[in-house]
Amino acid sequence: MEMPLWEVFVRSKHGLSHRHVGSVHAADPRMAVEAARDVYTRRMEGVSLWVVRSDEITASDPGESSSLFEPAEDKVYRHPTFYVVPDNIKHI
Amino acid sequence: MDRDFLLQLGDDALILGHRLSEWCGHAPTLEVDLALANLGLDLLGQAQFFLGLAGDADQLAYKRDAHEFKNCLLVEQPNGDFARTIARQFFFSTWHELLLRRLRDGDDAAVAAVAGKAVKEVAYHARFAAEWVVRLGDGTDESRRRMVEGLDWCWRFVDELFAGEEAALRPVWDERVAEVLAEAGLALPAKVRGITGGRTGKHTEHLGHILSEMQFLQRAYPDAVW
Repeated sequence: MEMPLWEVFVRSKHGLSHRHVGSVHAADPRMAVEAARDVYTRRMEGVSLWVVRSDEITASDPGESSSLFEPAEDKVYRHPTFYVVPDNIKHI
Repeated sequence: MDRDFLLQLGDDALILGHRLSEWCGHAPTLEVDLALANLGLDLLGQAQFFLGLAGDADQLAYKRDAHEFKNCLLVEQPNGDFARTIARQFFFSTWHELLLRRLRDGDDAAVAAVAGKAVKEVAYHARFAAEWVVRLGDGTDESRRRMVEGLDWCWRFVDELFAGEEAALRPVWDERVAEVLAEAGLALPAKVRGITGGRTGKHTEHLGHILSEMQFLQRAYPDAVW
């Protein structure tokens, strides 16, 4: 069966963001959600699902990674590592 | 609750769960493979609960002969191609959901508790099957042909689901099935004389083959434990 590919995002619990977990093949969006439910949330991993057609994602060009990402390397002051995160703050 | 009725509930789930497990590793795609296995496992869990209310679930599953099983004939039918499996699931789960809803709201507390848990799973089974009926029916020429053949093939086993008290579920079932078939662009199968017998232990030849596989270990090594 020739079916488009869909990227799957799962929200593991309320208050957290959806996170990319993988992909499924399905004929259309509704079937993609069902396939994602069966493949990625069988062990209570999620409370919400997003699917998006893989070919609708615009990705950065690996050839441009030096101009896109390297300039940030020597700007350590942009990292919040100079702060002490209190023990009771989760998910950072 | 009448013991025979508990056996019907348990055996329907057990036998269909076993049939679905036969797809494991053979389904058209990984996604469908997992989905069918999930359905099968849901049903196996339900079988354990309902047979547990009728007696010792393992004894009942592994040590009865074919004529003592009370499942309907529809669930013991071979998988056929994917479309026929979907047709069987669509007819059965649509009925199963209505039945479990009735039991969930019924007087027997133990049965209502199991039905209340099971109906959430089965509502998904019905939805899953209906979605595929639409995709196959409204898909390519080949998928449509196979879907029509699958529905036709299973149709003769439908009447048995509505024997006795369950006759009251028929109008809603007819309505839901007609809705999905309309969305799929398919006509209702032609009228046929329904085949019955499963509820009284008169099964098709397929059940014996299922049991010989399912009960092999218990028969060869009685009371074996892990």
